[in-house]
Amino acid sequence: MRLLAEGLSAKRGEDLIFRDVSFGIDAGEALIVKGANGSGKSTLLRVLAGLLPAVSGTARLLAAAHPVERLGEACHYLGHRNAMKRELTVEENLVFWKAFYGDLHGGAGIGVDAAAAAVGLGGILHLPFGYLSAGQQRRMAMARLLVAWRPVWILDEPTAALDVAAEAMFAGLVTNHLAQGGIAIAATHQPLGLEGARELWMTGFAGAEQGVW
Amino acid sequence: MIPLLLRDIRLSVRAGGGALIGVLFFMTVVAVIPFGVGPDLNLLSRIGPAILWIGALLAALLGLDRLFQAEREDGSLDLLLMQETPLVLTVLVKCLAHWIATGLPLVIAAPLLGLFMNMDEVAIGATTLTLLAGTPAITFIGAAGAAIAVALPRGGLLVSILVLPLAIPVLIFGVSAVHAAIEDPAPFLPPFLILVAINLFFAVIGPVAAAAALRLSSD
Repeated sequence: MRLLAEGLSAKRGEDLIFRDVSFGIDAGEALIVKGANGSGKSTLLRVLAGLLPAVSGTARLLAAAHPVERLGEACHYLGHRNAMKRELTVEENLVFWKAFYGDLHGGAGIGVDAAAAAVGLGGILHLPFGYLSAGQQRRMAMARLLVAWRPVWILDEPTAALDVAAEAMFAGLVTNHLAQGGIAIAATHQPLGLEGARELWMTGFAGAEQGVW
Repeated sequence: MIPLLLRDIRLSVRAGGGALIGVLFFMTVVAVIPFGVGPDLNLLSRIGPAILWIGALLAALLGLDRLFQAEREDGSLDLLLMQETPLVLTVLVKCLAHWIATGLPLVIAAPLLGLFMNMDEVAIGATTLTLLAGTPAITFIGAAGAAIAVALPRGGLLVSILVLPLAIPVLIFGVSAVHAAIEDPAPFLPPFLILVAINLFFAVIGPVAAAAALRLSSD
């Protein structure tokens, strides 16, 4: 399996945020997207997830166990917002996402209890999601990545609001995902603690003229 | 798709979900009419079906703006957009859940409120039946409006204004079917079947339009 992005460009309004971004990631590899605020990290991730149209270029998944029409279908997206309902309990949230996502071929999600235990919050499944602290909410959003199998994880500032122990826990989750033949793309300022991850530096609007590798 | 249906119904009955807001508004509107119009029982029974329909129409429009906005605010909309499942189907299921939570209570409350308006049993039965056939159409039309206004912070009134002109045919054929049922020479079936046809028409057009609007609204 290989994720191939060729000549991606994207706009916000009228302004070109980045131009001609190309990269390839093989199964088991991670790509860390770095750059200053406003340099287009989140925009790149949203283009990859299919949530923003690319002005030019394509992003495809080659030789995947489960061929998909759009790259987004094979992706988990962990954005700035957690995509969990405050009114429902944590368990109801996770059970819903597990059933709604379903597993793609090539892997299997783990149970809701096991996923909550994997993020270190096994005992609070019965609480409404809105009662949790910001860090706990973030960790539960990470548990969502575990309950259904998607080969590609797209992570936008995944470790914001997390303490040091939780950052290490998350690095373990990503490493485990890569070991199962997955792909991870993360935009972050903090080091994620991933060994051998490649880096992509976004230079923002000023650098839209040059290549960005 | 069943999990999405169940989740949306569950959300609408939890605190802040707003499933009861519509039916309470419906009751308020219909309950004050007799006080305003006065104790003229013949007049009340004559305008009863129209009042019930207008009340139900306004009540059905009330919670529509939150249909996609709540999903967008917590980021769930992004994930719904990314799936392999056709977005049209997702929207259709959300519409059904919304109708079960807010439209069906209106239909169930209608017979009770018909008594307030001194309507006889035929009129009450016909009104309930036409509301059952007509209120889903309002939800489907409203879904398109809600999808267009999803990114606007206060889109509530805008959704109602966008949706109302398209919902007028539903109101016209709903009320005329009830009148046809009460007054003998006019046949009940033709306006009722047109109402059902409008419903089916918008069951297709509404989710398609809403899905297209949601795809374009992503930022």
